[in-house]
Amino acid sequence: MSESKAQALNLLWLQSGGCGGCSLSLLCAEGPDMMTLFESAGINLLWHPSLSEASGSELIELLENIVSKKVRLDILCLEGSVVRGPNGTGLFHRLSGTGKPMRDWIEKLARLATHVIAVGSCAAYGGITAAGSNPSEACGLQYEDQMLGGLLGSDYQDSSGLPVINIAGCPVHPNWVTETLVQLVFGELQVDDLDEWGRPRSYADHLVHHGCTRNEFYEYKASAEKPSDLGCMMEHMGCLGTQAHADCNTRLWNGEGSCLRGGYACVNCTAPGFEEPGHTFTRTPKIAGIPIGLPTDMPKAWFVALASLSKAATPTRLRENAVADHIRVPPTRRKVKK
Amino acid sequence: MSRRIMGPFNRVEGDLEVDLDIQQGQVASAQVSSSLYRGFEQILQGKEPWDALVYTPRICGICSVSQSVAAARALADAQGLSATTNGDLAINLILANENIADHLTHFYLFFMPDFARQTYSKESWYPMVAERFTAQTGSATRELLPARAQFMHLMGLLAGKWPHSLAIQPGGTTRSVEMQEKARIQAILYGFRQFLQTKLFGDSLENIVALDSIQALEQWRADHKADSSDFSLFLELANQLHLSRLGRASDRFMSYGAYVLDGSPTFKQGVWDDGIQTLDTQTITEDISHSWMSHQKDPKHPFNGITMPGAEIEQAYTWCKAPRLNGRVMEVGALARQQIDGHPLIRELVLHSGGNVQNRVVARLLEIARGVILMEQWVKAIKPKEPFCNHNAMPKETQGYGLVEAARGSLGHWIKIKRGRILNYQIIAPTTWNFSPRDNQDQPGALELALQGAKMRKGESEPVSVQHIVRSFDPCMVCTVH
Repeated sequence: MSESKAQALNLLWLQSGGCGGCSLSLLCAEGPDMMTLFESAGINLLWHPSLSEASGSELIELLENIVSKKVRLDILCLEGSVVRGPNGTGLFHRLSGTGKPMRDWIEKLARLATHVIAVGSCAAYGGITAAGSNPSEACGLQYEDQMLGGLLGSDYQDSSGLPVINIAGCPVHPNWVTETLVQLVFGELQVDDLDEWGRPRSYADHLVHHGCTRNEFYEYKASAEKPSDLGCMMEHMGCLGTQAHADCNTRLWNGEGSCLRGGYACVNCTAPGFEEPGHTFTRTPKIAGIPIGLPTDMPKAWFVALASLSKAATPTRLRENAVADHIRVPPTRRKVKK
Repeated sequence: MSRRIMGPFNRVEGDLEVDLDIQQGQVASAQVSSSLYRGFEQILQGKEPWDALVYTPRICGICSVSQSVAAARALADAQGLSATTNGDLAINLILANENIADHLTHFYLFFMPDFARQTYSKESWYPMVAERFTAQTGSATRELLPARAQFMHLMGLLAGKWPHSLAIQPGGTTRSVEMQEKARIQAILYGFRQFLQTKLFGDSLENIVALDSIQALEQWRADHKADSSDFSLFLELANQLHLSRLGRASDRFMSYGAYVLDGSPTFKQGVWDDGIQTLDTQTITEDISHSWMSHQKDPKHPFNGITMPGAEIEQAYTWCKAPRLNGRVMEVGALARQQIDGHPLIRELVLHSGGNVQNRVVARLLEIARGVILMEQWVKAIKPKEPFCNHNAMPKETQGYGLVEAARGSLGHWIKIKRGRILNYQIIAPTTWNFSPRDNQDQPGALELALQGAKMRKGESEPVSVQHIVRSFDPCMVCTVH
């Protein structure tokens, strides 16, 4: 190994109030796989719940060595929300073998880490775990829903001036994590590279709508009415793809997939508070027949005018295919007069 | 006598603590504690029933599809709806994709790395295991990850993404499959089969499924040297470490039946208690006598169950409840499924040595082989021009339940709907069964029983045998308490 090669960065991955799904999604990383990617970026995985040998007292010893600064912690990744319940005690999640609330471990370690990453919407904002009455009093590392604060507080900055990096999503796309890590390791991630919710702009400056295969249906307002229909899911089925910040339809999932390509609505899972849309997820709320949530940046009057125009012009092909589960009317060749 | 608290356990989904009483070098008794509570059952109260399809998969990142299927079936039951044949086939493919990927993840990433620990460095098989299965750096991880990821392209095609899909609906799936996609899926399965046949088994899937007795398995082991495949390496170390004598529980098994097609499960439903019995889900109850739970005096059927976290109670030691079938502890998982389905090798292994570390792993690997063969048949049976999803309204007042077999065992959802909203939603997950605490009769749960008698190796403070036993159940702690 050449001497000029940068020292490997120590990464610790912890889980708390979540489902582990972001780790499982990360295991689906391809070209290259996750371990190869960590290696390529010079990341030394101190410990990961699904991957490491160390268990029980071996892990606790590692955590204590980080606390006593015998082991340097460069990057702390938290997956899952910070659990503060019941009644602010944090006892709904004690780190096994220590009897202490996980919340306290997370805070102690986060203050020692050079960079802190929230992996997934739970760790970023509270996420699904904070839904309903939020029984576990879940919050994110630096946000509680849309409010700055969370566990580490609104003033938190790491030594390079970065806030908590919120790789939001439920789950995260594997590449959102791997690419953010690589940027961080190479010192290429600046405050400006994060959006207003602390999300890497590399994926959050896109809309789920971009690259949606149902775009033609969208243009003509040819809408799906029930699950398995091929039409646009914005008008009736609750789809938030035109508002959701993510690149799911240009950077596909599990090979060739995305929520919309899978035939179901985007629930805007990268946004704080997505877990409580205020209506059932799969039905679009409307006032006077017009969906309440219009596409991002689009003036309402324009949308209404365009929608009624395009509805009037919907070709039979799209109208029929929109409410079918496979293509019934194929595109035809326009006859050209010679 | 000494008391030892082991935790956190990694390479299980979620957080787990085990409290051991050790006497004369072996475990005299154990208490198993699930240390995280999130409260999904409380979250679901008052929601529209459809929202269960968004929330419940997010209980668990590794059994996400199983949670979807259980929720969809509970809603379908409440609606009086059944899925289309294409819907059943697509759901089976999606579910088998998750279950088989989970079995593989368990074997390669969660279970085997414990045999690459230093404590075994003097064993004859150690160099092979260390090269292949050392956590993070073993050669198997680099082969498994791409094979698993490519296999999961089925999810991209059939379910949009994994985990946390919304493709599974009460009446089928949202994603119809066209001819060209059938062709793609068949190609993906073929590629995955090659990985299994060359790396995992070193033999054809059909030959693995055809192993029908202990004698046949012994013969296979003799014919396949330890270094010829990961399965043969496992059999070698299982034999040398006597894993068939480790981690026996009650030998009572339950399966809800797996992979429903046109109304009946492909792997049979039933109970094994010294013989096959029919399953009566009415006799399922959950007990909270040793849980940090409140508001429920006696064990209750999940339709009437209450999930309300409580104050510290003297004898309580976990957030997990204690599910029982007719008052009895059940073991669930691949071994239970194959035992109840009647696979001859598994029946003989259980007859010979009961439920134990070795047999649980053999059943899981056998199920990988059986599962892929079934998937190949299901994809051929899809008829692209026929419907994938049935539709029906949801009555305002109704109830229903949905049962499914996740990789790690029996998962059930019970829903009551009043005025169009969820009045009560109760979930009993596989590891809730396997890792349950004691009940009001002081009966230990399956893992608690299985840990009794686990021996310490020389110089050990945290017995590696406990690691093997715990992980042999492929626990999913985030499902357990949810």
